[in-house]
Amino acid sequence: MKASAFAYRRAESAEHAVRLFGEAEDGAQYLAGGQSLMPTLNFRLGDPGTLIDLTRIAALKGISQKDGAIHIGALTTHAEVARDKLIAQHLPLIAEAYGHVAHPAIRNRGTFGGSIALGDPASEMPACVVVLGATIHTLSAGGPRAIAADDFYFGLYDNALEDGELVTGIEIPIPASGSRHGFAELARRHGDYAMAGLAMMANRNSARIALFGVSDKPVRATGAEEAFASGASPAECAARATEGLDIFGDLNASDATKRHLAGVLVRRVLGRLQEGQ
Amino acid sequence: MSVSDPIAIRLKVNGETVSALVEPRQHLADFLRNTLELTGSHVGCEHGVCGACTVRVDGQIVRGCLMLAVQADGAQVQTIEGVSDSGEIADIQDAFHRHHALQCGFCTPAMLLTAAELLAQPGEAPSRDDIRHHISGNYCRCTGYQAIVDAIAEVAETRAGKGAAR
Repeated sequence: MKASAFAYRRAESAEHAVRLFGEAEDGAQYLAGGQSLMPTLNFRLGDPGTLIDLTRIAALKGISQKDGAIHIGALTTHAEVARDKLIAQHLPLIAEAYGHVAHPAIRNRGTFGGSIALGDPASEMPACVVVLGATIHTLSAGGPRAIAADDFYFGLYDNALEDGELVTGIEIPIPASGSRHGFAELARRHGDYAMAGLAMMANRNSARIALFGVSDKPVRATGAEEAFASGASPAECAARATEGLDIFGDLNASDATKRHLAGVLVRRVLGRLQEGQ
Repeated sequence: MSVSDPIAIRLKVNGETVSALVEPRQHLADFLRNTLELTGSHVGCEHGVCGACTVRVDGQIVRGCLMLAVQADGAQVQTIEGVSDSGEIADIQDAFHRHHALQCGFCTPAMLLTAAELLAQPGEAPSRDDIRHHISGNYCRCTGYQAIVDAIAEVAETRAGKGAAR
C-alpha cells in the first residue's frame, strides 16, 4: 500500500525541528531512520500532517566519551553504533546485542535514538539502555530534559516523551570494572523482532535484568534479580523470571510460552555468567 | 500551497544526474521504478521485511521502500542496473548462475547487492553462518537459500584466494 499524502520539512538542527513541530498545522511526526515509521505510513496506520526529517542534523550524530560516560547522538545509525570502537570497548552488551538487531539494510538507516524513542517492546536497545542505567536527553519547546531510562517507558509505545519532544542523545555511564554483561534472544528468523529476549548487567553481588519481547515495554525481572542477589542458582532465578510482571502473548507465542521462554533465557544467561564465559 | 506539493530533488542515479519533482509520500523504490523506469529493484512487502527493494544509497544498502524519494536529494543511488553494468558483481552473478541461486529472480537483484556488501567487508572471508546472517533480511520463495549460500561462499573463497583488494 502507498502512504497517504503528507507535507515534508527538513530540519537543520534540533531546535529547528522542535520549532517546525510547533508550527505544523495538521500535526507532525519526526522522521529519523524511518525503519519503523515508514511501515506504519505504508500501511496507512498513521496520518501525520507533516513529516519532519531529522536525518541531516549532523550535530545529533556521533559517539563520544566524556566524564565517565559514552554519549550516543540520537541520529547515529545502528550500523555506526554497531561498529564503533568506544562501544566495543566500554559497552560490550550493546555490541553483542547488535548481532540480533534487524538486518544490514535496516541498520544502515535506522537510528539508535529512533529505537529508544519508539520503545518497541520487542526491540533490543531499549532493554539495553534500561539495564545500563542510561539517561535519555531530550529537547522540546520547553527546553532540554534528562530522563532516566528506568523512568522512560510506561507502556505500549507510551513513554515519557511529550508531544513534539525530541530525543537528542543517550548518555550511558561506563560500567564499573568487574561488571559482566549477558544477552540472549529467541526469534523465528535471525534479525526478526524477539519472541523473548534478555539483557543483563551484573557484578558479583547484583544484577539488572531486562526482558524484552514479552510485555508492552522492556521490563526488569525483579524476581530473578532478587534471587540472584541472594545467591540463588540460575535455575532458581529462572523460576522467578516473570514474577510480578505483566506478560502479553502475540502472533509469535502465547503469554504462557513467553513466560516459559523468559525462564529459559534467565537460566541460559546466568548459567553462562556462572561458567565465567 | 497544498499539503503534498511536489518537491524538487536532484540526485545521482547510477552515475547520472537526475532532476525531478516528487511527492513527499513517494518512496525511493517507486521513484526508481515508476519515474526512472529502473525496474530491477522490486517492491514486495513495502514494510521493510522482505528485502526485495534493496538498493544502494551513498554506498550502503538500504530498503528502497522505507526511504522517501525526497530524502535521496543530493545522494548517490545505485540500483542493480548500474552495479551490474559496472562489472563490480560479475563474479557473484556468474556464481549465482552456476549454482542455480535464482529461479524466478524476484529476490535476486537485492540478494546480489546484499551479498556484494558482505563480500566487500575487510577481514576474513565470511563463514556460511556469516553469510546466512547477512542475507537473513532477504526472503527467497523459490530456492530454499542453500544455492544462494553456496554461490556467495564460493565467491568469498575465490576472492580471498586471489587476495583481491576490495
